[in-house]
Amino acid sequence: MQPHPLKRLWDFIKEPLDGWLMLFLGLIYVLSLFVLFSADNQDWGRLTAKFGYTVLGLAVMWGLAYMRPQLVMNFAPPIYLVGLLLLVGVALFGIVVNGSRRWLELGITRIQPSEIMKIAIPMMLAWFFQKYELSLNWRHYLVAGLMIVVPGALVLKQPDLGTATLIMAAGFFVMFFAGLSWKLIIGGLIAFLGSLPIIWNVMHDYQKKRVLTLIDPMQDPLGAGYHIIQSMIAIGSGGPWGKGWLNGTQTHLDYIPERTTDFIFAVYSEEFGLVGNVILVILYLLVISRGMMITARAPTLYGRLMAGAITLTFFVYAFVNMGMVSGILPVVGVPLPLVSYGGTATLSILVGQGMLMGIANQRK
Amino acid sequence: MPRPTRLKNTRSDDDQFQLRMVVAYGFMVLMFIVLISRFVYLQVLQHDHYMTLAQNNRISLVPTLPNRGLIVDRNGVVLAQNYSAYTLEVTPSKTGGLDATVAELGKLVDLTPRDMKRFKKFLSESRNFEPVALKMKLSEEEAARVAANAWRFPGVEVKARLFRDYPFKELTSHVLGYIGRINQKDQDQLEEDGKTANYRGTDYIGKTGLEAVYEDDLHGTSGFEEVETDAGGRAVRTLRRTAPINGNTLKLALDIRLQELADKLFGQRRGGLVAIDPQTGGVLAFLSKPGFDPNLFVDGIDSASWKGLNDDWQKPMINRALRGVYPPGSTFKPFMAMAALETGSIGYNDVRPAPAFFTLPGSSHQFRDSNKRGNGSANLARAIQVSSDTFFYKLAWDMGIDKIHPVLSQLGLGSKTGIDLDGEATGVLPSKEWKEKRFARYKPEVRRWYPADVVSIGIGQGFNAYTPLQMANGVATIANDGKVFKPHLVQEVVDAKTGKERRIEPQPLRQLPFKQENFEYVKRAMQSVLKPGGTAARIGVGLQYTMGGKTGTAQVVAIKQGAKYNSSAIAEQQRDHSWFVAFAPVEQPRIAVAVIVENAGWGAAAAAPIARALFDYYMLGKVPADLAGQLTTIKTGSVDPNAAARAQAERAAAEQETTDATPSP
Repeated sequence: MQPHPLKRLWDFIKEPLDGWLMLFLGLIYVLSLFVLFSADNQDWGRLTAKFGYTVLGLAVMWGLAYMRPQLVMNFAPPIYLVGLLLLVGVALFGIVVNGSRRWLELGITRIQPSEIMKIAIPMMLAWFFQKYELSLNWRHYLVAGLMIVVPGALVLKQPDLGTATLIMAAGFFVMFFAGLSWKLIIGGLIAFLGSLPIIWNVMHDYQKKRVLTLIDPMQDPLGAGYHIIQSMIAIGSGGPWGKGWLNGTQTHLDYIPERTTDFIFAVYSEEFGLVGNVILVILYLLVISRGMMITARAPTLYGRLMAGAITLTFFVYAFVNMGMVSGILPVVGVPLPLVSYGGTATLSILVGQGMLMGIANQRK
Repeated sequence: MPRPTRLKNTRSDDDQFQLRMVVAYGFMVLMFIVLISRFVYLQVLQHDHYMTLAQNNRISLVPTLPNRGLIVDRNGVVLAQNYSAYTLEVTPSKTGGLDATVAELGKLVDLTPRDMKRFKKFLSESRNFEPVALKMKLSEEEAARVAANAWRFPGVEVKARLFRDYPFKELTSHVLGYIGRINQKDQDQLEEDGKTANYRGTDYIGKTGLEAVYEDDLHGTSGFEEVETDAGGRAVRTLRRTAPINGNTLKLALDIRLQELADKLFGQRRGGLVAIDPQTGGVLAFLSKPGFDPNLFVDGIDSASWKGLNDDWQKPMINRALRGVYPPGSTFKPFMAMAALETGSIGYNDVRPAPAFFTLPGSSHQFRDSNKRGNGSANLARAIQVSSDTFFYKLAWDMGIDKIHPVLSQLGLGSKTGIDLDGEATGVLPSKEWKEKRFARYKPEVRRWYPADVVSIGIGQGFNAYTPLQMANGVATIANDGKVFKPHLVQEVVDAKTGKERRIEPQPLRQLPFKQENFEYVKRAMQSVLKPGGTAARIGVGLQYTMGGKTGTAQVVAIKQGAKYNSSAIAEQQRDHSWFVAFAPVEQPRIAVAVIVENAGWGAAAAAPIARALFDYYMLGKVPADLAGQLTTIKTGSVDPNAAARAQAERAAAEQETTDATPSP
């Protein structure tokens, strides 16, 4: 008996998608709609826009999930190379916005090539390790290291410490799963801690200020510390149960800066309290757990490395964002996955999740 | 297999990968636990702290200002009032750029150079986040124009503010004083007195005069609104409000009609006048000429006007009635007479010589009489009537300073009267101790009291120096047989909230233990001054009530021995001051007055007519014909001046929103 055409379409759509991931991501997304509605002062404008770009992002995700990873993998070198060239282009011809040279004018639109590198670097490295899987030696790790450091340095020079850290971390995760020596990891960590004073000296004033503000926000309560103090007040005053949806005073009286984007977690936290926070963290952990399961079951090296890197990157976004809003990490422009308002950020998350689902399908 | 450098682990790939996954997963779980711990810390352990901070963020206390109390005269005529006007205020920290904002605003409202200067001055005195007045008293049209464009100007507001207004301007300047913007000094004083909370949001404070002395009554109590504010500081809604309590109304003993009449009688001449009700100590008129317009100070005086007032040779800013010390001249003689009688230095009918001049034993120095032929001989009363100098030279010489000083001191000369105004001058009632102290830094010859010092003191010259207020109060004391009152301008304080009147009870400071007959004798003598044969006989012509008085002429420059005083020959500012003290009626005095007209010559010529005209009005409601048209407070020709005053008071009351301040008719 032939099934109903709609049922066939539904099966076709559902077929490449991972049920668990869709459930967990869906729950986070539903929460995010409520938070955005509150953060945007009960205006439907951003909510509608968010819905629009999510549909677009889901289409891209579906496409990536549908495609075989081996096929996607082959795009790694060209994407990486284009991204790298664009970064060089930024360094040479980029537009300066707010003191940072991050954007490239392409006639009709501006692009921020560092966003491309967020996905291009782990892809490139996973492709690279897969290609030399059988003959891996220390030289390959060195080359891989260079493939991370070169774009990383270019982004750092823009300067954009946040993105540089994120793309280099993504690359590092691939190397980590590819079996980078523990000695090197630990040695590198020690070397990093030892070089902190040097890093401090080459840091820009605004970056130093962010770190100092983290240590003591009250040093400059109306200046650099203002964002952190206000978001901490929002979180703390939310208490165990929260003030209730749409009832956050910090939110609705404009005290929380960037409250639909980077600081949206403060809005959520004020209105839903500790209970809400624990629920959100558990949902993120569930996404990550599912990601790790996919990683463990991936049949190819590329699949394992890519899935591991995507999952860890997802974690880093969630952790860094919540850490910065609650005042244990410096303020870097990292959005809260799926919750923060912004098309690009959502797209890059959904691209990653699409690839992850593609890898999950591979073993079938 | 030992190899020196290995970037890849050698264990089997699968084991190795499993281990790394566990490590990575463990790390992530651990990090999430750290995050949850942080949330527990913020949301459970520190919840109260952050809740308080959030409340503080959200709720701000906005002071609501009380209306400053009114000041009305004894008949309820409003002397100081408030009116509402639009003010353009700018909060520098909230504007995108102060200069650009001000430039843009200049296209909507007319900003004069004076406005700009004042704005710069205010800016320098205030903090960045406080609103500063850019232009006061906007026209309706300007206010509407700014309001319509408000969205273009963050940090710019049009506010309805109350302004202080002194409708009688110069006439009341030295009584009421004025209010002005609170400066750093005022702020420090408020902090010291613990009053800063009540002055949050208050811009003005009484600077001088009654406005300063009765500041606490006039200011009232600020109310507060608990307002929910957003991060931009805009009020979203009011949660709770405590209404302000308006300032109390001051009701003066002063009669503005009398004050205006006195002012008109002075005309352009300089001087001071104080009229006191001898039965209560209430001040009926208190004038210092020239005055100034106190309204200039309310919005912050501009430097040109300030310089003008300060550089004026007539010194309009000096309160002559309160702070001007002058030798009393012959108006001192009744006081001398009291001293002589009280110390038994002379009997009522002792007749003594009153020649053309007096010389000390063994000296050729001539103390001359103002009457160059002398007055033959006289008893004490006659000596007062004709104002014999030589009689009083001799009397003073015979008594010596030690007998004079104690009695006059009890009459209040040389000490502050305690009137309810700040900055009263003490004056000088000479004594040996005083001279010693005054010239402490000089050689002993200068410090020492010479017996001859007392001679000129006997006629009110020498070291003598008193304020018009002291003289008025002294005459009032003689007039009411030795009851010394503390003169007071404010008669009642009307509570703005309850409408209850708190009377400033006329409390005699002391009753002088002098003989009643002595008072009677001196008063009769003063009455004779206005009778035929007296120095002010011309002033007493046609009196319809009894009146006592004494003329006086205070020397400004010493006249050389043998020279003749010629008033027309010397510069105006070196001419003698014209004094007159008086009271009426003699039997039951209702008014006592001291008048000094600077550089106006003989007492009977300038000062005495002022006192007579004032008394005629006070006793009979009669207005001098030549001034009839000029007096705004007195309805011309009206025999019942109270009717006019009532009408005025009612009109003024109707204009006021503060019903509490309505004067009782």
